[in-house]
Amino acid sequence: MTTITLAENKENTLKRKKRSWDRGLALFRALFLPVVALLVWEVLTRLGALPSLLFSSPSLILTRAVNLISTGKLWEHMEISLFRALLGFLLGGGLGLAFGIIVGMNRKSEQYINPSFQMIRTIPLLAITPLFILWFGFGELSKILLISLGSFFPLYLQAFLGIRNIDNKLFEVARIMEYTRLQQITKLMIPSALPNILLGVRLSLSVAWMCLVAAELLGADKGIGYMIQDARSFMQTDTVFVGIIIFALAGKLSDSFVRVLEEKLLRWQDSFKA
Amino acid sequence: MATALEINQVSKTFKNDRGGVHVLDHLDLTVQEGEFVSVIGPSGCGKSTLLKLIAGLDSDFHGQIAVGDHEVHGPSIDRGFIFQEHRLFPWLTVEKNIAGNLSLRDPEVRSKVNHLIALVNLGGFEKAYPRQLSGGMSQRVAIARALLRNPKVLLLDEPFGALDAFTRAHLQEALHDIWEKNKTTMVLVTHDIDESVYLSSKVVVMDAKPGRIKAVVPIDLPYPRTRSSKAFQEFRTVILEHLDHKPSEPDDFSI
Ligand SMILES: Nc1ncnc2c1ncn2[C@@H]1O[C@H](COP(=O)(O)OP(=O)(O)OP(=O)(O)O)[C@@H](O)[C@H]1O
Ligand SMILES: [Mg+2]
Repeated sequence: MTTITLAENKENTLKRKKRSWDRGLALFRALFLPVVALLVWEVLTRLGALPSLLFSSPSLILTRAVNLISTGKLWEHMEISLFRALLGFLLGGGLGLAFGIIVGMNRKSEQYINPSFQMIRTIPLLAITPLFILWFGFGELSKILLISLGSFFPLYLQAFLGIRNIDNKLFEVARIMEYTRLQQITKLMIPSALPNILLGVRLSLSVAWMCLVAAELLGADKGIGYMIQDARSFMQTDTVFVGIIIFALAGKLSDSFVRVLEEKLLRWQDSFKA
Repeated sequence: MATALEINQVSKTFKNDRGGVHVLDHLDLTVQEGEFVSVIGPSGCGKSTLLKLIAGLDSDFHGQIAVGDHEVHGPSIDRGFIFQEHRLFPWLTVEKNIAGNLSLRDPEVRSKVNHLIALVNLGGFEKAYPRQLSGGMSQRVAIARALLRNPKVLLLDEPFGALDAFTRAHLQEALHDIWEKNKTTMVLVTHDIDESVYLSSKVVVMDAKPGRIKAVVPIDLPYPRTRSSKAFQEFRTVILEHLDHKPSEPDDFSI
């Protein structure tokens, strides 16, 4: 008995070792190309094969990043960008969620509202931007509204879809158990539609970042987008790169945040693999 | 004994583009308090429809249905319903599924839920999600959920139809014990003649197209019943004969 267990144990440890080795190898392979690319980039600019004024270099970008952080400049821009993105997302996403639920619940409101929303949805956001600037100026309002408009639709669509996909059989159960209308919403519709809603949150967040960039590139006196635009006009390519990296990181971080939420809230799902 | 359920001249037609499907035709049935009634009949004869009418899930019918002294106008917790599928909320754990819209923080609900979990033999699974349960376990959760609300009448629509023979026998046993203990009035729809004879105090045999009551067979055998006994087999035969016997069959079921 004991010997078998010991042998099994050993085998398990070996297996585990092998697995972590495999994982390490996978990581190495994933990082291989980017690291080589960075190295080649660095070497080429140092040799003068690439003009560093236009292409910068990894070390220059890093120095610039450290400089921007230590002077507090980066945070100044980031603060206002975060504020815009968050407010726009909350406003647009919140409304999208609310409308999605209402329209999903009620056929009549679907017939009244959904066709118009679907029509507006097909208009490219960038095409509306000039109108927004005309109406609301270059100030915060037009930026935040643009971001809200962008983040409205993914959440609206997903919430609507989620509510529509609820199994009617579960509604019968809720009626038998005398759920009030409010309980039907909070204890049946929203939990059941949650996978869709969270997907909507993720899509809305990524649209919010995109609209933020668009809004800030079009005209702002602060914000990461402005920082990029400003740096471009002074040929500070390294700052442009820092800005791009910040946007990439922000997008990735917010996405991971929603993934963590999904892991926590959707544990009940059959298909959900953490 | 008081009347638990009174069905009076109930007819039901599903409308469709060809006029309609006449599913139930002037049904009369009285169920006494504490009775265990099984409804058996060919597929499509309107058994599920009848249960839904009693439950109040569908109020588009002719005739009257009364539970206790109240005419049925909509769903209410005085009528529990157990469906063929367990219909648990997949995002809730076992205990929260049983509690439903009642709060487990309420000590009375808490203790009732604990008691029911023990009753249906699910100790240790309080915090499990439906996807982690077998079919039989899920169905037991559904039973506990229905019982928590102390229904006057429990409606069961082929609750064990999708289960294997062992689990089915086990759950029939459990249902019988609950009935003996709580004296809940039961209306059980089933395809299984054995099940109906084993459990019920009377068996209602239905006819299809349109759905009518063909015969009511009281089963006056003492409990616990043995399936192999001669008397048991005789009741089985009687019901089978009622089911098999076909009067002149009108072929067209649309009106
Ligand atoms: N929602 C509906 N709309 C139209 N017709 C329906 C509807 N529900 C049931 N029917 C029809 O009513 C008839 C009876 O259906 P019901 O589900 O009550 O049968 P059943 O006796 O429960 O059958 P089974 O034993 O197969 O479950 C069937 O002919 C079916 O086609
Ligand atoms: Mg049925």
